[in-house]
Amino acid sequence: MDNFSYARPATLRDAASQLGREHNRVMLIAGGTDVLGELKDHLREPERLVPIRHLKELQGIRPSRTGLRIGAATLLADIAESDVIRQQAPVLAMAAGKVGTPQIRNMGTIGGNICQRPRCWYYRNNYPCFKHGGNTCFSAAGENDFHAILEGGPSFIVHPSDTAPALVALGATVRISSGSRERSVPIAEFFVTPRQDARRENVLQPNEIVTELEVPSAPAGSKAIYVKEMVREMWDFALCSVAAMVTVQNGVVQNARIVLGGVAPRPYRAAAAETALVGKALDEASATAAGEAAVQGARPLAKNAYKVPLTQAVVKRALLSLA
Amino acid sequence: MADDDREQSEGAVSRRAFLKGGAAATGALSATLMPGVAEAQLPLAKDADPRLTTVDLRVNGVAYRKEVPNSRTLVEFIREDLKLTGTKVGCDRAMCGACTVILNGRNVYACSMLAVEVSGGDVTTIEGLGTTDALHPIQQAFIEKSGFQCGFCTSGQIMSTKALLDKMPRPTEDDARLLMSGNLCRCSAYKRILESVMTASRLLQA
Ligand code: FES
Ligand code: FES
Repeated sequence: MDNFSYARPATLRDAASQLGREHNRVMLIAGGTDVLGELKDHLREPERLVPIRHLKELQGIRPSRTGLRIGAATLLADIAESDVIRQQAPVLAMAAGKVGTPQIRNMGTIGGNICQRPRCWYYRNNYPCFKHGGNTCFSAAGENDFHAILEGGPSFIVHPSDTAPALVALGATVRISSGSRERSVPIAEFFVTPRQDARRENVLQPNEIVTELEVPSAPAGSKAIYVKEMVREMWDFALCSVAAMVTVQNGVVQNARIVLGGVAPRPYRAAAAETALVGKALDEASATAAGEAAVQGARPLAKNAYKVPLTQAVVKRALLSLA
Repeated sequence: MADDDREQSEGAVSRRAFLKGGAAATGALSATLMPGVAEAQLPLAKDADPRLTTVDLRVNGVAYRKEVPNSRTLVEFIREDLKLTGTKVGCDRAMCGACTVILNGRNVYACSMLAVEVSGGDVTTIEGLGTTDALHPIQQAFIEKSGFQCGFCTSGQIMSTKALLDKMPRPTEDDARLLMSGNLCRCSAYKRILESVMTASRLLQA
């Protein structure tokens, strides 16, 4: 790893003032589990790291008018184990508990988890792809076993976060600060498709910091689950995951949120699957139909067609577990 | 990490070593802009170099203070600066668990944290548990149950066991499997590692 300048800012404003107008010259570090891997592999060679995990503006889990406010530096382990998150936003606690391993959850933060870079092996091996400022995605005609089946192109990365699909299902809002200016972005608009911006995965500007997540409480009477399918049982990124949240009243689905991870360049809200469920009983037939609807419009690449039936099965299994 | 950095962090008493480290740390800029500058004209104040930071860390109850390059990982600090080599490095990428230590009560991968980031913290490594003459009950359990083959992953396994049992003194086997899931064993001694964890739980209750 090359060396870099480093000084702990005292406040959020100090931290933001160290950031520049380019993404890679100065980098933020929170838990560091993704950043250090990038530095060791020379994917990025920043002049300066700005540590933010200690900032008091980024700490804590607090009640808000509509639910909870979760500081961006909150550790994933604390989210997975928080009683109030388990009660009010259980799908988020479940998703945080599926990230990596106990050690990674003891190091990684929720802000870092939603801002992590793609795991695509071309990106990680420093191929000059879109993510490195180039003009091509090597996976399109290459080794694309783990790449996108939905919303792909011109880059075919998949979004690796577990907590992001859960936050989209809950309708969270991302609080962002540049020190002098604050803004709130609905999480579904925080992530971008490669058509919007092939180089980045979200709308964060180089001088901005994610400070907080506003997470509305799950609807009264709703049930939720996060299911993650991996090559092995744990310590991996999702081949496909689903955050599912369903409200059933008098035997009929009133409301459904189905958001997929690991299959698209951003957390993918499977609106067709939600529509397929609403007004139906939650049973084998509606769960199967929702699974099929979830992959409507899927365009698998040469080596990842297996993700289509996998996604159908994972959605169906998730829903049946809530029946 | 460059040899220069290593020389720098191992005490760096000689002025030559310091200057060499400093030049390496500031990199191309000083090398190209000031090719002919005599050593005596280079800055003297080490702390002025924004690429070096003084790290304060309690390790196994002992306070250490050392100036290191900002890029120094926690495991490099522990093994190379403090010479506590019980902690191992397998992958150096948060992908194996060999480097597991306990930081402020939680098990973490020391390969994937910076020493400067954890300055002010409290670390326990395998050397902080027992000694050959007075083994910690967890070490005793791993020996009794042969919870290892080659032993390379063992210090990490034992530190995760410690974090697990501190948090949950009587885990079920499923709890233990889950909380030990961040430590791989290339020899695949998993069955015996699990038996060791359960035995350690009993020994600690006794
Ligand atoms: S050496 Fe740190 S996890 Fe492998
Ligand atoms: S004992 Fe050999 S790697 Fe675990």
